[in-house]
Amino acid sequence: MAKRELDDVTGTETTGHEWDGIRELDTPMPRWWLWTYAACVIFAVGYVIAYPAIPLIHGATPGLLGYTSRGALQQEVADARLAQAAQLESIKSLSLEDIRKDPKLLQFAVAGGKAAFSLNCIQCHGSGAAGGKGYPNLNDDDWLWGGTLDQIHTTLQHGIRYTSDSDTRQSLMPSFGADGILKPEQIDDAAEYVLKISGQKNDDAAALRGAEVFKDNCAACHGDTGQGNREFGAPRLTDAISLYVTDKASIVAQIKRPRQGVMPAWGARLDEATIKQLTIFVHELGGGEMPAQ
Amino acid sequence: MNGYALLAKLVSLGSIVLIAILLAGFGHDTGYMIHASMIAVIAFGFFIYYARSFSFAAAGVPLQATEDTYLDSVIQAGLIATVFWGVAGFLLGVVIASQLAWPILNFDLPWTSFGRLRPLHTSAVVFAFGGNALIATSFYVVQRTCRTRLALGNLAWFVFWGYQIFIVLAATGYLLGITESREYAEPEWYVDLWLTIVWVAYFLVFFGTLLKRKEPHIYVANWFYLAFIFTIAMLHIVNNLSVPVSFLGSKSYSLFSGVQDALIQWWYGHNAVGFFLTAGFLGMMYYFVPKRAGRPVYSYRLSIVHFWSIIFLYIWAGPHHLHYTALPDWAQTLGMVFSVMLWMPSWGGMINGLMTLSGAWDKLRTDPVLRMMVMSVAFYGMATFEGPVMSIKSVNSLSHYTDWTIGHVHSSALGWVGMISFAAVYDLVPKLWHKSGLYSMRLVSWHFWLATLGIVLYASSMWVSGIMQGLMWREYDSQGFLVYSFAESVAAMHPYYIIRMLGGLLFLLGALIMVYNLIRTISGPKTSMARANSPALAV
Repeated sequence: MAKRELDDVTGTETTGHEWDGIRELDTPMPRWWLWTYAACVIFAVGYVIAYPAIPLIHGATPGLLGYTSRGALQQEVADARLAQAAQLESIKSLSLEDIRKDPKLLQFAVAGGKAAFSLNCIQCHGSGAAGGKGYPNLNDDDWLWGGTLDQIHTTLQHGIRYTSDSDTRQSLMPSFGADGILKPEQIDDAAEYVLKISGQKNDDAAALRGAEVFKDNCAACHGDTGQGNREFGAPRLTDAISLYVTDKASIVAQIKRPRQGVMPAWGARLDEATIKQLTIFVHELGGGEMPAQ
Repeated sequence: MNGYALLAKLVSLGSIVLIAILLAGFGHDTGYMIHASMIAVIAFGFFIYYARSFSFAAAGVPLQATEDTYLDSVIQAGLIATVFWGVAGFLLGVVIASQLAWPILNFDLPWTSFGRLRPLHTSAVVFAFGGNALIATSFYVVQRTCRTRLALGNLAWFVFWGYQIFIVLAATGYLLGITESREYAEPEWYVDLWLTIVWVAYFLVFFGTLLKRKEPHIYVANWFYLAFIFTIAMLHIVNNLSVPVSFLGSKSYSLFSGVQDALIQWWYGHNAVGFFLTAGFLGMMYYFVPKRAGRPVYSYRLSIVHFWSIIFLYIWAGPHHLHYTALPDWAQTLGMVFSVMLWMPSWGGMINGLMTLSGAWDKLRTDPVLRMMVMSVAFYGMATFEGPVMSIKSVNSLSHYTDWTIGHVHSSALGWVGMISFAAVYDLVPKLWHKSGLYSMRLVSWHFWLATLGIVLYASSMWVSGIMQGLMWREYDSQGFLVYSFAESVAAMHPYYIIRMLGGLLFLLGALIMVYNLIRTISGPKTSMARANSPALAV
């Protein structure tokens, strides 16, 4: 046995071992430490008895509480469904117009629509629905395919240029440049005309020539005065709102080889109640329209 | 060295060069070819180094003469490597923290993207900085506490260089996109094989030294170091069992699949924390704290009980990384209860660390190195309380996948691992370079405060952002609809990401002050300290 010494400071014996000048005290383990350790072990044993814990040949001990994480999840989902069941049933059975007239249901639909929008739509339209380059702003009253409840619903249900849905909203602006329909100088003139009708700085003479080009090639979809046509999703050109176009160069690029936006057909992915809630949410954002009487 | 042994070494190095050149030529992917070329260059470098000293006459110092001294040169190299990789790792941390705050800093290049730099950061700090600190201090501690030179001749030097080669291959691999995608075990199969060889050599050196010790008992620090070395070998081998697609390519596939694979990975991952970052550094703490304080270890009995408790309990705690996943409920339960039982065994180390200072608390006023050790043990205690709390399933359902986890890891990595390593380096450099002391204690104080402030900023910002993140993800309105989109929670993190980056910057700044202090210390005047460097004289 090594020689034990008394440590002056603590009055405790050392173990008598020494390594490179380091000695050890023979202090007993702190009581609070031992008891807390024991309490943790007791808690562990209790938990093991209460919850699934010990693996057996087939499965494991189920625990006294009968808890399973799958079961708990299913219960939570079922409870959440039940809490919303009545409202969702009304939304499914009532028309969009009727939902909008019921204040409580409207509030519910807007909240549900916002949640669904946060999950599915903000990737393109932004979390404030303000859109971005190539993605329409949904807060204003400028609609490509119409802003009534039914029109928004159709757009959501079938998407835009979404080829796997046969009822999708379809239109195609021709590639006037790439397909040789117009000559480069004609495209240039047409761009000047678009600048003119959207109230921007332009070359008057070119815009005058461009008016002719526009009448022959563009007016069929965009309208005689460039007011747009929702039948074809053809944007109004007389305002400052635009998906792709900011200056003359980008107008020319769009006429030469237009970009065509695509929106998925959500009918294949979301249930009817969710689509209806999304419809009402988007309609309520600020630019919702009433059907013409 | 014997002339024939040297000849054998030259022949094998030459063969490695030739084989590596062939592999570089016939490899299937660029990364593999680059790695083979690097190996050829490194082996050629060693070939030239040994060839210059070649002679058939028996050369070098006779073995018996060296037995009287400690092998300290390899520890000096290890300390330099520790500091070098530490600064590199901290710098990378600041870079990727900035990338999270300002994504434009990814530069849209694959090599500089967060996905590749993040494992570079974690490996640099855990394995390069932490690993070198552990290897160097374990070589120092085992020699002093066994009063004998390191076993097996210059094998310790092989461990040192082999480990640096592992680090370089791993790091360049990440940048080239070579990864197994296993957290903290990203290197591919050939790098894993190399590390296995190096690690076995490390084990042999350490264990061999214990076997030829001149002390009757094995000191507690060595228990922890041995547990760390042994368990890491086991974890590394099992977690990296994989099948290479080709011996001429870098890609391999894990032997396990699905949830089994995930469980193996987190069995490894959590014990990398438990045995690398906890047991190993407890070994460091058990030597340097009593040594620096000049006081006996508080309780021998506590050290025995908490050592065996940690060793037994830690290995089962991994499943708590997979709460609420496809992992069966019973495994989740066991992962949680073993983590809860770990609380007190972990605190045993904290108690022994802090209470060892009783009778020496006054030294905290004058010795900033000791202050670092105390701060380190305090962070250890905090993190080992936080860990069991986070493993409790109801807490975990909030904390999982959030920044809280990142904050938890960093309060222990920066606070515990970082601080105790800095303190050990500050303690060892004057001794190993035969100086009377450090160049400046004031600078150590600056390092201490910058690092502490950095950790506080880091941990608290991550707590706030992590808990906020968790609450935002699960917030439902009165009608049962989710309130926030994921993108909104990301946007809410932004200010905290900036605070975190600033915290990391302070920590890096402290480390740079340490580099300056150490360089000035090493280039300062020598004093004679022969006593500390010879087992024969240290009785």
